[in-house]
Amino acid sequence: MRKLTWLAPTLYITFLLMPIYWLLNMSFKTTNEILGTFTLWPQEFTFDNYIKIFTDPTWYNGYFNSITYVLINTVISVSVALPAAYAFSRYRFLGDKHLFFWLLTNRMAPPAVFALPFFQLYSAVNLFDTPIAVALAHCLFNIPLAVWILEGFMSGVPRELDETAYVDGYSFPRFFVRVFLPTIAAGIGVAAFFCFMFSWVELLLAKTLTSVAAKPIAATMTRTASTSGYELGLLAAAGTLTIVPGAFVIYFVRNYIAKGFALGRV
Amino acid sequence: MALEFKNVVKRVGADIHIYPTDLTIEPGGFNILLGTTLSGKTSLIQLMAGLEHPTSGEVWFDGKDVTGVSVQKRNVSMVHQQFINYPNFSVYDNIASPLKVARMSKADIKARVGQVAELLKLTPMLDRRPLELSGGQQQRTALARALVKDSDLVLLDEPLANLDYKLREELRDELPKMFKGRGATVVYATSEPGEALLLGGHTAALHEGRVTQFGETARVYRQPQDLISAQVFSDPPINTCRVTKRDGRFHLNGTSSWPVGPAHAALSDGPFVMAIRPHQVTPAEMAPPAEAVRVEGTVLVTELSGSESVVRFNLEGDTWISQSQGIHAAPVGTRAAFHVDTSQCLYFNVEDHRIAV
Repeated sequence: MRKLTWLAPTLYITFLLMPIYWLLNMSFKTTNEILGTFTLWPQEFTFDNYIKIFTDPTWYNGYFNSITYVLINTVISVSVALPAAYAFSRYRFLGDKHLFFWLLTNRMAPPAVFALPFFQLYSAVNLFDTPIAVALAHCLFNIPLAVWILEGFMSGVPRELDETAYVDGYSFPRFFVRVFLPTIAAGIGVAAFFCFMFSWVELLLAKTLTSVAAKPIAATMTRTASTSGYELGLLAAAGTLTIVPGAFVIYFVRNYIAKGFALGRV
Repeated sequence: MALEFKNVVKRVGADIHIYPTDLTIEPGGFNILLGTTLSGKTSLIQLMAGLEHPTSGEVWFDGKDVTGVSVQKRNVSMVHQQFINYPNFSVYDNIASPLKVARMSKADIKARVGQVAELLKLTPMLDRRPLELSGGQQQRTALARALVKDSDLVLLDEPLANLDYKLREELRDELPKMFKGRGATVVYATSEPGEALLLGGHTAALHEGRVTQFGETARVYRQPQDLISAQVFSDPPINTCRVTKRDGRFHLNGTSSWPVGPAHAALSDGPFVMAIRPHQVTPAEMAPPAEAVRVEGTVLVTELSGSESVVRFNLEGDTWISQSQGIHAAPVGTRAAFHVDTSQCLYFNVEDHRIAV
């Protein structure tokens, strides 16, 4: 019995990694092999799919566009959420609890609800098909999330730290930047990660608000067939590359992720 | 540099945290705010610091009205009950922070931090982060930060309450020495009467947002103005009961009586509230004090520590406490006799609980 303890985790990890392995497997195959035969690993190993993505602007621009609006969104979300979270964590004002809860309800509506008004609005103000349009649209659900996460982390810092800094002579801005922000650095990291993640995986708004110039990679990837027929190998390679930024970012906040999922309230 | 509260009131929403308070704290020396939790110690300290501003009334410092002056512009330092340090600064930078904000030269900062670190035995830890230190060292760091700048007013809000017993005693002995000769006015909040007596100076007894008495610590202890002040300044709680003055004697429910001393001879006949501290009620098997009266009660609880006995007993409906040296194990539920030192009894008016004179 004892000898079988390795079995459960192995099975578990195998099943978890199966789709990722299959994606990776496909990305090194030719489309003919994918459609023609069932093979557990590439028979004709090829880098052509990756080479195509790195050389064809319609492909690699998708990554640039995505990264651009994701980064803009992350920066806007976190920098707008910081003062808001501080206010919610430190001050009592009329309706603060209701407002705080209302923020989170923004996350509860499916993005599809906002696709139409955003499309019309951004077209009217000439922001359609720009990264900033997608970045702003994603703020709708990322700012509330960032406020909630940051508020949790900030409330974990005793109010007496603020008082001590004022007694020491710090002005509020100086205290906020020099003392407070470094103290909640982990929280800022986690909030930024979640903003990055949700903006990176969001497809519907990103697709609706762009056409050519700012088309995100996820939109490019959903085109399954082109003039040269099915390009499954190419799509698999694009999918593999799309996983990389998320995995890269998650590495930096791995120790705080659990706290982030609990909105900083662990 | 006297600190003066003129009719200060602090209200938060519908709650009154500080009732109208007049208080003049003399420059220099130790001043103690003594009261239980929620008695308003922290509120008073925050008003003194300028972290909070009074709802009405004025705060004067050194002959100037500082009511609306922000904390940054007042030369104060403060230590909290919790160990509050800047977690991302080294111990050195923590101590140096008020000096850096004041734009002191690097060499001066180094010299002063070194000096204070030496005084507080922090020299080997200067490069570490506060959270890597023990609780005692963390609080020393906070104290060092309060000491390093020449503040006019040092506010210590129960600085030793979160430390373990040994460290607390050690730091309590050192505290008055640290502030000696600095000319700063020190305000020290505590909930322990014993701590107030050990630190000396002046004491303000606080109860539910009111300063019930302010004066020299020993005087507030020995001559409380009212029952509340006596209760605030007694641990274990002071014993009370109704007595009646009649025919030159105080009568306790008709069972015990003792002659009225010269200090109370002028009191009119009638009922009073008598209060006596637990250590002035001793078991009958011990040698009685010079002026003693014998009382009897039913033993409720007996707590024996190594060298001290605390016996709670029911005296005609009131729960009394006797605190005495040595081991006096009275079995629970039995009748036991005690001696009350009548020379130490305090008498208060029944109506307003003020001291009877």
